[in-house]
Amino acid sequence: MTELVVGTKKGLFLLEGEPDRGFEIKRRAFAGEPVDFATRDPRSGRLLATVTSPFYGPKIFYGDDNSGDEWAQADGVALPEGGDQALERIWVIARGEADGALYAGGDPGVLFESHDGGASWEINVGLWGQPSRPHWSPGGGGLCLHSICTWPGDPNKLAVAVSAAGIWLTEDGGRTWQRGNDGLNPSYLPEEALADENAGRCVHHVERAPEQPERMFMQFHGGVYRSDDAGKSWSDIGGGGLPSDFGFPLMVDPSDPDSAYVIPLVADMDRVTPEGRVRVYETRDAGSTWTPRGDGLPAEHAYLTVLRQAFSRAAQGEQLELYFGATSGELFGSGDGGATWTTVATRLPPVFSVVAI
Amino acid sequence: MPVVCVRGPLRKLAAGHAEHELEGATVVELLRALELHHPDIGGWILDERGLIRRHINVFVNGERGGETSAVQRGDRVEVVPAITGG
Repeated sequence: MTELVVGTKKGLFLLEGEPDRGFEIKRRAFAGEPVDFATRDPRSGRLLATVTSPFYGPKIFYGDDNSGDEWAQADGVALPEGGDQALERIWVIARGEADGALYAGGDPGVLFESHDGGASWEINVGLWGQPSRPHWSPGGGGLCLHSICTWPGDPNKLAVAVSAAGIWLTEDGGRTWQRGNDGLNPSYLPEEALADENAGRCVHHVERAPEQPERMFMQFHGGVYRSDDAGKSWSDIGGGGLPSDFGFPLMVDPSDPDSAYVIPLVADMDRVTPEGRVRVYETRDAGSTWTPRGDGLPAEHAYLTVLRQAFSRAAQGEQLELYFGATSGELFGSGDGGATWTTVATRLPPVFSVVAI
Repeated sequence: MPVVCVRGPLRKLAAGHAEHELEGATVVELLRALELHHPDIGGWILDERGLIRRHINVFVNGERGGETSAVQRGDRVEVVPAITGG
């Protein structure tokens, strides 16, 4: 049984089912509220949801009651008081390596840490205090910290991605941070701006290969990249059969460090699936070649947008399950690593995030 | 003392009471006093900068006000979510 925790523009949805037998919507929570991201921590069973009320600002809520009806507001999800900025949104929550450790990324380029399973949070001072921060430039979605890549077995190593302040790496548990943008080619910038390391490095999503953690994959704003040195430098792997190197989400098969999946969109000026066909592209050779995986997905007049947090997986290897949702309110799933797909749900509100448990 | 009126989720966070008599000479002082009495409401009306959130409107005796609007005894301060959304 797989659980899908789905954040949408109008609430959180919990679905249960299996790829070959279908899914059922079990619960809805935060009716009417934008749920930017939601997940369940399998260590504790706790549900966590980031909700950005248009009126009352961004909050993290957590629930230990499996009914999805009772929630508590987490403490500490705010910027330091008295500054000239306010927290705009929480984009992602990721599980840390230490017991009870969680990370949350948000706008404006901020990382929060929790050591009690998400009940209370504190800002990561090292990243917040980066001297270059005043020069960071936001992407279209704001200055969002959207990707958090832990290092299996080592809580001191972490990589985060900020649109459009690029990749930031720490090896001392977040006390100090270094940039990791070598090799990225922001073709949307004028050539004379490329030397400015603060000029927009618009990373869209990053994942680490857990079996070979120095390997990482990135969907960039125009480019797909691979790193073999833990995110310090990147090589372009966006050719080799992709119809476009633009897109938002990216996923990996944890059992295979040469694997990655992307969902290309036409381009930044036309953010829909190319040719009206929905296809997931797979590489099993670290990005040298890409193969379309679309059997069962809409193949005609389908102009979908899949956002950066709306792609997830469960299990691995031959049992790899993949799931993604679109702003059209459709949710798709595969139980065979992307070879075949079924429609998991339709007519949901626009899907912001999908997490498979 | 002026009275601060809240509704919806703000009322729940303020111990279920809609009206709160509080001390303060400006709207922001009243809202800080409300947070002091009901810490759960912290961050819901005022952001980290001490500004009223963009999509919340404050009316003082029926007229649109802001953080620095002066208030005095008997004034009624309504805190109302804006008519926005999609």
